[in-house]
Amino acid sequence: MGAFKKMELAVGVFVALGLAAFFMLAMKVSNIAELGEDKGYKVTARFENIGGLKVRAPVTLAGVRIGRVVGIGLDTHTYEAVVTLSIEPRYDRLPTDSSASILTSGVLGEQYVGLEPGGMDEYLKNGGALKLTQSALVLEKLIGHMLTNAVSGDNPPAKTP
Amino acid sequence: MPMPNTPFSRSDPPDPPPLITVRGLTFYRGDRAIFRDVDLDIQRGKVTAIMGPSGAGKTTLLRLIGGQIRPHAGRIEVDGACVHELGRRELYQLRKRMSMLFQSGALFTDLSVFDNVAFPLREHTRLSEALIRILVLMKLEAVGLRGARDLMPSELSGGMARRAALARSIALDPMMIMYDEPFSGQDPITMGVLIKLIRTLNDALGLTSIIVSHDVKETASIADYIYLLSEGSIVDHGSPQALERSRSAWVEQFLHALPDGPMSFHYPAAAYAQDLSLAQEPSP
Amino acid sequence: MIDGLRRLGRSTLFWLNRLGRATLFLLRLLSALPTLAKRPGLAIRQLYSVGVLSLPIIAMSGLFVGMVLGLQGYANLVDFGATSSLGRVVALSLARELGPVLAALLYAARAGSALTAEIGLMKATEQLSAMQMMAVDPFARVYAPRFVAGIIAMPLLAGIFTAVGILGGYFVAVQQLGVDSGAFWSQMQSTVKLFDDVINGVVINSVVFGWVANWIAVFEGYDAIPTSEGISLATTRTVVNTSLVVLAVDFVLTALFFGV
Repeated sequence: MGAFKKMELAVGVFVALGLAAFFMLAMKVSNIAELGEDKGYKVTARFENIGGLKVRAPVTLAGVRIGRVVGIGLDTHTYEAVVTLSIEPRYDRLPTDSSASILTSGVLGEQYVGLEPGGMDEYLKNGGALKLTQSALVLEKLIGHMLTNAVSGDNPPAKTP
Repeated sequence: MPMPNTPFSRSDPPDPPPLITVRGLTFYRGDRAIFRDVDLDIQRGKVTAIMGPSGAGKTTLLRLIGGQIRPHAGRIEVDGACVHELGRRELYQLRKRMSMLFQSGALFTDLSVFDNVAFPLREHTRLSEALIRILVLMKLEAVGLRGARDLMPSELSGGMARRAALARSIALDPMMIMYDEPFSGQDPITMGVLIKLIRTLNDALGLTSIIVSHDVKETASIADYIYLLSEGSIVDHGSPQALERSRSAWVEQFLHALPDGPMSFHYPAAAYAQDLSLAQEPSP
Repeated sequence: MIDGLRRLGRSTLFWLNRLGRATLFLLRLLSALPTLAKRPGLAIRQLYSVGVLSLPIIAMSGLFVGMVLGLQGYANLVDFGATSSLGRVVALSLARELGPVLAALLYAARAGSALTAEIGLMKATEQLSAMQMMAVDPFARVYAPRFVAGIIAMPLLAGIFTAVGILGGYFVAVQQLGVDSGAFWSQMQSTVKLFDDVINGVVINSVVFGWVANWIAVFEGYDAIPTSEGISLATTRTVVNTSLVVLAVDFVLTALFFGV
């Protein structure tokens, strides 16, 4: 049965290769590092318009990813979007007056939340809220603004906070 | 055509209960009746031949006996058990005691001759490999192929393949063997070998053999009893000597391989002259 | 017109009949699995012939497909200056769709047709009949090992196809076209989700496809008319039917997982 032993070996190698392929897919290709998380503390922020922001979008500060968007909801009384952010526990020195903006990575990329630190000495804790926010730039409104400016003679409009 | 209906032969003394009894067998394929109310007995320890023209349903009969297909009416009993009423497990138990040699040998092409013969032993017994080896070599020796044990079926001639399949059939020491056209397409020497083997094995191992064939001379030379089958029923049956003396024109045509007789040479057609357009009107 | 309708009705009934027989066949095959579990060697032997022997075609095709994806993706993205997204384009296309589907189609062509032909030939040479007469159940000895081995092999082959494809895309993108290696992998890693894309995409898809491909292949062999013409028809049917069903099921699965 020597031939059978060789066959068994080949089958074993084949299965090992297959598992290695999956391992590679899991490790190098996918976001497995992001799994098993959410020990982060939750902070909410309200926006007028979240644009194309999706759950699991990154939350960055100074360009460094410090957390994720974990929930998006709507306040039916104030008609504001309520976004829940999960910040990694090690970034626990976020001043309470920090601001959150919805930005786009690149021109056509996906949207993310960028934080800008404030100056207060108190830091955000679980359940806290970011008061200063900047909504997403909606392309149509931007173009609309540019067109009205072009028509009314090149006066740049005052930026709304 | 004379249709004697006595299940027991006319000239031999009464035998112990037959191994296989077939009563009132009816089987259709589509609209065509392959068997119409057929009665048969296969006696223990004897070589029984079932002969008839091609397409008479001889192979179908073997499949019915083996339980691969079910009759539409009638009863087939093998060693007391009604074949087509058995559950799958009992049927498989019965089949371990039956054995069939297929026309082409039906050796497993991915196994060597040795492994083919060892197959039933490995599947159905828990014997050690050493013991299996001895048994396999013994069976191969009986058919004269012990030296060919490591060949693959594709390397065997037709006759050798059949002998190897025969060795496989006797691996479990069955109580009966069914041979499906064992002599068809063989050269005279191989035929002689097979004839000798079938008869010798039958007697030496106390088997019951059923040979389905249309090779009259070869089969009649070793058969103890013959059934002649045609058009869905038994035309005649008896020992070879009894049939030789039969008055039936059909039996005579079949046994002596006459080209014309009750089985007409010409396929039914219109009058010859008319077909050739020589006569304008049908002859009076 | 009436004739056409009648023919339509007849073929529908014909295919329903076939589907019914195929389902009974599958049930009988599944009931033979416990017997197979006592003889794993049978399945291992089949795993060799459908898995190991399919590796070359799967790996090579995966490589080529990945490289083409790299090229085509680059050609389309370069106009937007978005070539840094090439990694995720290649990975997502392969993991979600091309990997499992193409692997299944190639499998049907190579291993599926071989299974059908082998079983059909065993039927034609009366080997299966002989096995039955020797009181050995062909379901446990012939059909179940091949089916089980195929279902194990399919996800492995799809995974290898996908992984090799991504590597092929990487090679073309980074080495040949100058896309930044870091961007290639990091964009990929941030977009390809383990559960949604790898597990749903590659694993679940390929298990379902493997079920389909092997069921059809083994059944067509079992059902083949035992002549050379019958076997050739059955083999063709295996490849054609597997391809069609895989693509249809792919649509259903995609709608289920990625639909809105």
